[in-house]
Amino acid sequence: MGEKTSAFTTVGPEVRHQIVELETVTVRFAGDSGDGIQLTGTLFTNTTALVGNDLGTFPDYPAEIRAPAGTLPGVSAYQICFSSQDVRTPGDQPDVLVAFNPAALKVHLPDLPEGGMILVNVDAFTEYNLKKAGYTSNPLEDGSLAKYRVYKIPMTTATLSALRQIDLPSKDKERCKNFWALGLVYWLFDRPLEPTLRWIEQRFRKNPTIAQANATALRAGYAYGDAAEIFTVHYRVRRAQIAPGVYRKITGNEALALGLITASQLAGRPLFYASYPITPASDILHELALHKNFGVRTFQAEDEIAAMCAAIGAAFAGYLGATGTSGPGMCLKSEAINLAVMVELPVVICDIQRAGPSTGMPTKTEQGDLLQALFGRNSESPVAVVAPATPADCFSMAIEAFRIATKYMTPVILLSDGYLANGAEPWRLPSVEELPKIELRFRTDPNDFYPYLRDPETLARPWAIPGTPGLEHRIGGLEKQHITGNVSYDPQNHELMVKLRAEKIARIAEDIPLLDVFGEPEGKVLVVGWGSTYGAITSAVEHWQKKGASVSSIHLRYLNPFPRNLGEILHRFEKILVPELNLGQLALLLRGRYLVDAIPFSKVQGRPFKISEIIDRIGELL
Amino acid sequence: MTLGGNGQGTVVKLTKRDFVSDQEVRWCPGCGDYAILAQMQKVLPELGIPREKFVFVSGIGCSSRFPYYMNTYGFHGIHGRAPAIATGIKVCNPDLSVWVVTGDGDGLSIGGNHLLHAMRRNVDIKIVLFNNRIYGLTKGQYSPTSEFGKKTKSSPMGTVEMPVNPICLALAAEATFVARSVDRHTDHLAYVLERAARHKGVAFVEVFQNCNIFNDGAFEPFADRSVKDDRMVVLEHGKPLIFGKNRDKGIRLNGTTLEVVTLGDGITESDLLVHDEKRPDPAIAFLLARMDYPEYPVPVGVFRAVEKPTYDELVNAQIEAAIAERGQGDLEKLLRSGDIWVIE
Repeated sequence: MGEKTSAFTTVGPEVRHQIVELETVTVRFAGDSGDGIQLTGTLFTNTTALVGNDLGTFPDYPAEIRAPAGTLPGVSAYQICFSSQDVRTPGDQPDVLVAFNPAALKVHLPDLPEGGMILVNVDAFTEYNLKKAGYTSNPLEDGSLAKYRVYKIPMTTATLSALRQIDLPSKDKERCKNFWALGLVYWLFDRPLEPTLRWIEQRFRKNPTIAQANATALRAGYAYGDAAEIFTVHYRVRRAQIAPGVYRKITGNEALALGLITASQLAGRPLFYASYPITPASDILHELALHKNFGVRTFQAEDEIAAMCAAIGAAFAGYLGATGTSGPGMCLKSEAINLAVMVELPVVICDIQRAGPSTGMPTKTEQGDLLQALFGRNSESPVAVVAPATPADCFSMAIEAFRIATKYMTPVILLSDGYLANGAEPWRLPSVEELPKIELRFRTDPNDFYPYLRDPETLARPWAIPGTPGLEHRIGGLEKQHITGNVSYDPQNHELMVKLRAEKIARIAEDIPLLDVFGEPEGKVLVVGWGSTYGAITSAVEHWQKKGASVSSIHLRYLNPFPRNLGEILHRFEKILVPELNLGQLALLLRGRYLVDAIPFSKVQGRPFKISEIIDRIGELL
Repeated sequence: MTLGGNGQGTVVKLTKRDFVSDQEVRWCPGCGDYAILAQMQKVLPELGIPREKFVFVSGIGCSSRFPYYMNTYGFHGIHGRAPAIATGIKVCNPDLSVWVVTGDGDGLSIGGNHLLHAMRRNVDIKIVLFNNRIYGLTKGQYSPTSEFGKKTKSSPMGTVEMPVNPICLALAAEATFVARSVDRHTDHLAYVLERAARHKGVAFVEVFQNCNIFNDGAFEPFADRSVKDDRMVVLEHGKPLIFGKNRDKGIRLNGTTLEVVTLGDGITESDLLVHDEKRPDPAIAFLLARMDYPEYPVPVGVFRAVEKPTYDELVNAQIEAAIAERGQGDLEKLLRSGDIWVIE
């Protein structure tokens, strides 16, 4: 995993254009947020997926759309780890840093291991840009980069020169330099240009000159690698040995949107998705708005509260109602989520967590909303909570959220986060026929109809939608009388209803998969994770297992209720370590629920765990 | 159309009793809400809509208990949010007749945002705002429509807030139907409610409603039977604005202001403003809405009734257009969209 030194230090004898095979490489593109970094990274990822590597990505960008050019806060980055082996994270450290300007170099250099490769756009290292980035001397000349392998490449001038025949203002030509750089990196890692050329052709169909310029730049960058006497070798990463099937690359937000649509198809009812734009959840709204031919109604509400309320209204009307937001929006929705708890209607609430209280750091990741999801509402307010473990798992958990919501007539909170939302991985497509149908039971029989007469097994109340003759009834936020649903202030009834609502959620435990222990079923250290930390935890645990250490892990995708074998597993280990991107919220729950000495391992830097951080922390317990 | 709610498809003429729920009405004796409930239960059977197609949605406050007393589908929501809940219901089932019952606190204070957006979107829902100019359920604080200087429990020295005029707000949001009535003017109230029910698009109805406990007589100075003819004017489409016990006073448009004139002395009916509720531009309706006692008679009736495409209709039309253009969504194809590759 290249914790200390780069994988590149093992490069063989320097023969021109020799191809060196590598198992795993991590590349980070970094530049101004206006440089097209996210696009460059995404296109590189698409190609890498198509050549059959396993991969993980980590886009890391500022909240400002265009922070002042050349400044440190304006730096945008995109990291991808690709491999011929299993990849579970975007990589701890980059082996290759592609820096488009001094600010990008300054921000990202600390992450580069000794011997790492730096490709810099030397044209951007002007006195002015150096000053903006806070450099007092030029790092390319003052010897401060001696322990890295630095390639000073005139990306801007080379791009302009490649495009001299094309009729475009030089400012527009200059903007093609990201494609030039991408071409160079393609050469460096022996990847084909065709997928990106196809993309360029499609994307700029209406502007052939721009298409031609970008394609030319891409090819020129590739040719530069081949012809210039700078690189002596280039690299190849073979196809990964992954399970047979049809694959596509997918981000967490895309997977979530597709999961919601799939749930609607499996249930045979249209999806109504209400949302107020918020980072990092907005992409779900954008994606769903594209698929109206699946009957998807998207509603860009006037605020977070309205989005939640409209989703409740949709559920009352018999649609699959969902909303999506991030932490600040969850705060605003709380009262309405409680309304859904009280009226017992199925609504899926997707919380794409981000860093910090209040506005915090909108584009950075965190797992700080777990306790909010469980307890962040007035009084006793049980809701089901699920959390996908990987970007592709967002698809499955979105379907699962709707299965639970409709079967138990309850709101379900799905906790994703910025890291899952924007990170991408290869996704093996499920066969649609094999996905289990979601059975909805709408009440139509007026005989013995009572709005709060519960199913004896699930404790779900009937779903009786307006328009059904003979089932006219009233629901609302006031306490309900058991069975009749009439308003009731009776003390015994209230206690009964509080307990019934809790019991209903608790019973879901009978209906979710048991936990699988990764590793031995008992032993010294058990690492317990939830949500997006899956990749880093599993890789770290595997590292110790290969060394013969007694370390196992479990990963929670169901946070309320917990899988029913959780307590039993916890008690089979001497030490329990709980890595979380918060100050120990799951650990608090495990301690409270199971009386175990769960040790929190916290990180709240707006960044995901590195595998090495978890490896080191486990090491301290062994 | 099939009437009735017995589920057997037989035609049943509905009556007021069909809309009375089995719940005991718990407003204070003498509350204006009773009159509004009674008129609503009288009007709905006349619409030819089966009972199961009505949904009443409310927020929080005295007025928001309304759905419990209607034997229809009902949803007692949370404070101020009824328009948002109703929007979700209506978009998903445009066949329903969806009503929002709200108050001056619920609709204009905590829920002001949702009211505004439901109106500007022209969601085909009917919003009845019971305006008693006071917070009743919380026992007597001033509301956003309380007059400046009003002394209440939370304003012992008088409020220092300017009140909002609900009709002006609705017109500013370009609601396609805007009307006002009074709880005790039962025939007029029934007329306005029926007009609202039959309007396609958002209908906003303000009802002056007396809270006999915390703000008794708020509207009496102009709405009491003994004085209303002289102090109120009934807006009727296509008719000049005439009022007064003797029908001898009128409203004239003078430049950009309205003025009260007395007929005779060279002023005839033809000098008066003729009410045009269908006028696309809401400017004159806005002038009318600003008329207030004692400078002017207080107007009631339909200020505005224009037709525009409704939000729910447009949303669903896009769904149909997308299906017509691309065909019914194919899940297998959707999952396989973008670049895919096969691992053997």
